[in-house]
Amino acid sequence: MSVLRIQDLNVHYETNRGTVVAVKDMNLSIESREMVGLVGESGCGKTTAAMAILRLVQPPGKIVKGTVWIEDTNISHLDKEALREVRWRKLALIPQGAMNSLNPVMRIRVQMADVIKTHEKRISGEAVQARIRSLLRSVDLPERVASMYPHELSGGMKQRVCIAMAISLNPPLLIADEPTSALDVVVQRRVARTLLQIKDRMGVSLILIGHDMGLMAQLVDRIVVMYAGHVAEIAPVKDLFTQPRHPYTCLLIESVPSIKERKPLKITEGLTHDLREQPPGCVFQYRCNHATEHCRCESPVLRQTTPGHWVACHRESSQPTPEADS
Amino acid sequence: MSKGAQTARTSHPLLDIRRATKIFGAGFLHKGQGVQALKEVNLSIADSPPRIVTIAGESGCGKSTLANAILGFVSLTSGHVLYRNKDVASMNRKERSAYRRQVQAVFQDPYAANNPFYTMKHVFEVPIRHFNLARTRTQARDLMETALNLVGLRGEEILEKHPHQMSGGQRQRIMMARAYLLQPRLIVADEPVSMVDASLRAMVLDIMLRMRDEHGISFLYITHDLSTAYQVGDDLCLIYRGRIVERGHAAAVIEDPKHPYVQLLLDSIPVPDPEQSWHLEIRADDDEDTAGIPSRGCLFRPRCPHRMPQCSEQEPADYPVDPSGHEVACFLYERRGSVITG
Repeated sequence: MSVLRIQDLNVHYETNRGTVVAVKDMNLSIESREMVGLVGESGCGKTTAAMAILRLVQPPGKIVKGTVWIEDTNISHLDKEALREVRWRKLALIPQGAMNSLNPVMRIRVQMADVIKTHEKRISGEAVQARIRSLLRSVDLPERVASMYPHELSGGMKQRVCIAMAISLNPPLLIADEPTSALDVVVQRRVARTLLQIKDRMGVSLILIGHDMGLMAQLVDRIVVMYAGHVAEIAPVKDLFTQPRHPYTCLLIESVPSIKERKPLKITEGLTHDLREQPPGCVFQYRCNHATEHCRCESPVLRQTTPGHWVACHRESSQPTPEADS
Repeated sequence: MSKGAQTARTSHPLLDIRRATKIFGAGFLHKGQGVQALKEVNLSIADSPPRIVTIAGESGCGKSTLANAILGFVSLTSGHVLYRNKDVASMNRKERSAYRRQVQAVFQDPYAANNPFYTMKHVFEVPIRHFNLARTRTQARDLMETALNLVGLRGEEILEKHPHQMSGGQRQRIMMARAYLLQPRLIVADEPVSMVDASLRAMVLDIMLRMRDEHGISFLYITHDLSTAYQVGDDLCLIYRGRIVERGHAAAVIEDPKHPYVQLLLDSIPVPDPEQSWHLEIRADDDEDTAGIPSRGCLFRPRCPHRMPQCSEQEPADYPVDPSGHEVACFLYERRGSVITG
């Protein structure tokens, strides 16, 4: 059974000057112990999609359609109280800049205990402390961190404390929004390793939001590429890097600066259209080198080309691959 | 002294930083040692040909302090910043005004750099007025237009807009255009692409290359991202805790890093290829979190896998590893050549 199933998720932002389609018809399911990367440029809707899974979209944002299943619970119609039970317990979020969300005047131990006690009312104080110690160990932090204040920790350590808090109730699914974006490379590697470790040890599934294709290539099993609220491509990580099919995915991969070879910079002109005014047809048409008349009138649908590899591009459907027919 | 200082004898370098040291919080009102943000940094940028000199390092290593010292935002504890052989700290009013015009800055956050109440035109009008660049409105408009064209924007679509109507990439290009407007000799660019999306990053970097090649502007490019340093940088200096630990041609340093710290940094960059595995195993001692700052000797010693007894006793000098100017501050390279002392 999938840990998470998203069906036809649509999120809109209502503004005075029109509606922004932040997430359009998103379908995705995530298996147990799977790590899925959600990539795209800023403003493409990746964070909104994650927030919609948790039903944390703030006005003017609104989930207009769609159901989200976590394990066997449909959380789309849960009331506030029931939803509170699901958050942290079934699904925890490590928000962007989480390390700055720690309370500066509380010791780490107190903040971690807070999370556990809120959700497990009958737990004894001793059990909480034991849990905190084992959580810190599982993210490779020394136990003395528990009695420290956030300012005594480095950025990487704070981020690991946040990871420890997120896994404190053993949720089957974790969403990490740019967990390493403010960190230096050496620290980023450390945090990345922590994420892999907890995935292996605790058997959680992970959604990793980010734009660093290098990090994605190294960490995740499957990648979801988003552009202007639309899912452009979904593929296992190896397929995506060896045979990217959507022109936007190709662009993302090409724009990763390399330290292996010095190559001329690839300049890509063109901006994303105003999200309030969706063009008829494909959303990527203004930036696509292969756009045809067909792309300007009809919007491509997400189709499976090879097993597990989904693309929303007319070029793919016009060249049928033998695997797709079977 | 460094390689760059030797060329100074023939002609004065554009910018010459000599033994720049900055200690924060060590005044007599403060307790303790203070934080050493820069330690005896020597760096020079030649007058010609124009070059992109990259300063790279982790956050907190002192790279922005160096930029701020050059721009005059912080004063050095000791050492000098010389612009065309003139100490920036002791310039008179006229010289300072010329310096302010010839050395421009582009900062990391294009969102914070604009006043939201003004249109983009204001960004260009202020320096034009201040430095009397144009006599008439048409002339001023032409200047703006030329500068904007260089960064791939057009006046009519930009100048009347407010900052919130523009994307991050556009704003950063406008800041580049504003810097170009004054026809500077040097632009200090502090993390200009770290807040710009990957697909637009190349565009900003390309503007830097074009300004260098077509307009003779040198850059001091400050970044934490070694891959962009490799793609556009001519020279590369890596800073660790305020000290330059390795310097040389960008390609030479990245392709064949010598200092253990630089090796660690390059090793930590995730490769965008799932077939090529990242070395996730980290030795316990190269964890930044637990390493303390040694009071003497090599600053990288607590994290270094090659540490030797002498590393805790004295600080390594800059040892050359090849004749092209590749220098490393590490005792591992002491015997390979003669020591250049300052």
